[in-house]
Amino acid sequence: MRMIVLYLIGLVFGVGISISGMANPAKVLNFFDIAGTWDPSLAFVMGGALVVTFIGYHYILNRPAPFFSASFQLPTRRDLDLPLIGGSAVFGIGWGIAGFCPGGALPALGTGRLDVFIFIAALLAGIFVAKALQAVLVKRASAQA
Amino acid sequence: MIETAFTPYQSLGGGALIGLAAVLLMASIGRIMGATGILAGLFQPANAADWSWRAAVLAGMMSGPVAVMLITGEMPAVQVPVSQTMLVIGGVIVGIGVTFGAGCTSGHGVCGMARLSPRSIIATLTFMLTTATTVYVIRHVIGA
Repeated sequence: MRMIVLYLIGLVFGVGISISGMANPAKVLNFFDIAGTWDPSLAFVMGGALVVTFIGYHYILNRPAPFFSASFQLPTRRDLDLPLIGGSAVFGIGWGIAGFCPGGALPALGTGRLDVFIFIAALLAGIFVAKALQAVLVKRASAQA
Repeated sequence: MIETAFTPYQSLGGGALIGLAAVLLMASIGRIMGATGILAGLFQPANAADWSWRAAVLAGMMSGPVAVMLITGEMPAVQVPVSQTMLVIGGVIVGIGVTFGAGCTSGHGVCGMARLSPRSIIATLTFMLTTATTVYVIRHVIGA
């Protein structure tokens, strides 16, 4: 039952991404190309998603706990550090080059297109390299401490 | 470059569904609907239950295009205006960036912004700026 519900939640996300245009790199890149073939559609994706999430979270997070789990697992950090800002800046460079972001590309895998599989394979490679690098940095930091 | 049609209603509706999924995932198991975090955690799960919720959500995500085809009769458009080399380079860079930045468009841009998290607001502003700059440089400075 729990697995079916979680599958359906993923499906709602995947359908939303598919309808919105986030799975389409041409549309994503055109959103950022104000000086060229500009397509402002993605502002509506962000707007629709933010309004629903903002209102929904307000009600849900006032409950004592989620339905199928003991507690909410929310990020608690509020500090701004170099990995956050540098990593986000780097992410944007890659997004601008490829036109896919992870949330757009994962549902797009379902179209069976080779291009999407190539992007996801490269994305995973990047994630593994970064995780390995993070582990080295943490080890070095703890050795110095 | 490929011109794409302005689709305010589909994009708003699709965005609302993305938000609905984020709310439902929080309501059901108390988790952030962040594509990066859900995917990365699949390869180092805390336990079997941690792996299975991620796998179920990802399987649902990937079923999205087929569900759309069943309803509308058409697969959602995936038009790739860049070479496969660019996809590989961009993919690796995105992977490194989202890991250090601890989130992407869904995690920071939707869930974190909706919680008014200062980290997510700064992260989102940062990647929107560098994405726009990158697209400008590639299309109008280099002229690819």
